[in-house]
Amino acid sequence: MAVIETKGLTYTYPSGTKRALEDVSITIERGEFVVLTGPSGCGKTTLCRCFNGLVPHFYGGKLEGNVLVTGLNVHEHSIYELARHVGLVFQNPENQLFALSVEKDVAFGLENLGVPRDEMKKRVDWALQTTDIEDLRERAPHELSGGQQQRVAIASVLAMQPNVMVLDEPTSFLDPLGAQRIFEVINELNKNLGITVVLVEHRLDLAARYADHVIIMDEGRVMLDGKPREIFGLEKTRLMGIGIPKSTRLYQVLEKSGVHLSKVPITSEEATQILKEVLNRD
Amino acid sequence: MIEVKDVSFTYPNDVEALHGVSLKIQDGEFVAIMGQNGAGKTTLVKHFNGLLKPTKGEVVVDGVNTTKASVATLSRKVGFVFQNPDHQLFCETVKDEIAFALKNFGFKENTIKKRVTWALNLLDLKKYRKTSPFMLSGGERKRVALASVLAWNPKVIILDEPTIGQDQKQKDRLRQFINQLITQGKTVVIVTHDVEFVAECNPKIVLMANGKILAEGSAKQILTNRYLLTQASIVLPQIAQIFTGLADLGLPIDVINVHEAKKVLLDFMEVNS
Repeated sequence: MAVIETKGLTYTYPSGTKRALEDVSITIERGEFVVLTGPSGCGKTTLCRCFNGLVPHFYGGKLEGNVLVTGLNVHEHSIYELARHVGLVFQNPENQLFALSVEKDVAFGLENLGVPRDEMKKRVDWALQTTDIEDLRERAPHELSGGQQQRVAIASVLAMQPNVMVLDEPTSFLDPLGAQRIFEVINELNKNLGITVVLVEHRLDLAARYADHVIIMDEGRVMLDGKPREIFGLEKTRLMGIGIPKSTRLYQVLEKSGVHLSKVPITSEEATQILKEVLNRD
Repeated sequence: MIEVKDVSFTYPNDVEALHGVSLKIQDGEFVAIMGQNGAGKTTLVKHFNGLLKPTKGEVVVDGVNTTKASVATLSRKVGFVFQNPDHQLFCETVKDEIAFALKNFGFKENTIKKRVTWALNLLDLKKYRKTSPFMLSGGERKRVALASVLAWNPKVIILDEPTIGQDQKQKDRLRQFINQLITQGKTVVIVTHDVEFVAECNPKIVLMANGKILAEGSAKQILTNRYLLTQASIVLPQIAQIFTGLADLGLPIDVINVHEAKKVLLDFMEVNS
């Protein structure tokens, strides 16, 4: 069942001269882990803003076409209503955090939804635990490092237990192990709790392994939409300036030199394994 | 060019961010400072243009002790591009943003014009000349921040997490661009945990953890040492991971990027076929 469906989405920011989205039609199924990527300025952040109604309700401008999120038409529902279903983690955590303590920031959304006190405490504890920031509970978010802030931002969305989590480069400030840990957390939320994940990401070396659906945008349009292995393997994807996983890139380079491998690898483990097949054959 | 002598630094809230760090960066060198979040990387590089002064020890930049010079004087030599472009941008248009520091440094109107156009072209920002930086995407704002520093032509360029929010094309351009700066004799210091980027551009690496320098060495030495990297919360580049897995077949393990990997694998196959 589709949890997000857009049809012919076209949008221009009120102050913009160029279309930020042009005829975007995509379907995201419930429970999918979607990686949304594309060159900077391609419209991926704008598309995410449509999922919880920030576009057009907050940013203004005219949104043509249709967006259905968990069956709700974004044109007809407020950000407040949509926020119960779609949690958005921003690229820059400073835009999201404002409370005096981490705990208060994580509790804020729940307070607004009127969640009972006991339940609130439980969910805040769980969210802090899951993102491994329990020790930061009393700290002021603005004093934290970029990476720590990013975790707080994720925790505050996580606490809302939304059906869909949209994360706009949520690990860009994190070191690789920190990023990997966050991707693992997101992956667990997806696999164990069935939360649909839309992850906007350039770091495909780390993120590709978790995806079961990849959407690539450029200049406001959807250019490619399908399974990760097919899409990353295409020469077109790389030529569009997408940073495909290095394992996949190695595959392409070897194919061009006449070395044929049994499948397109998207992780280093896969690449190691299929290279061993070829090297042992010799 | 930059000499850090046994520097410790404690923030006003008593957090000690650097403990006895010593480091020399030569004129024209390309150095990547890597390490986990909170390792002290940004704190260290903020000493290079005097934004921070050591609590203990000293930092000498181009022969000048940073405690004896103003940030304005040091900035002329050492350009700093912040991790978060929003900390740096405030003008109404991209063009004004790039011109701002040039005006402050007292460049002539004509020179300012030329430099601004040069920087806009260099970073592919010409079409946004009259746009507000805040209308741009995160990646684009980063390029504006970079352009505004390069415009005044400092000797040393410090890039704090330059690849965050950048797509592959821009990373490739950034890499070429850093090479170009090195060719021109600039000293370039990047703070990053983008292993894949570092694996492709092959700088000297300074690895930090917990306010100390853990190791210094070539990209090949450091990026294939899982023991060291794990302490710094960094994962091996994918190609290094693959070659670690292939080591028992007799392949070398110090291969870190696609270009080298292709060569090593093709040579290996030819010898063994």
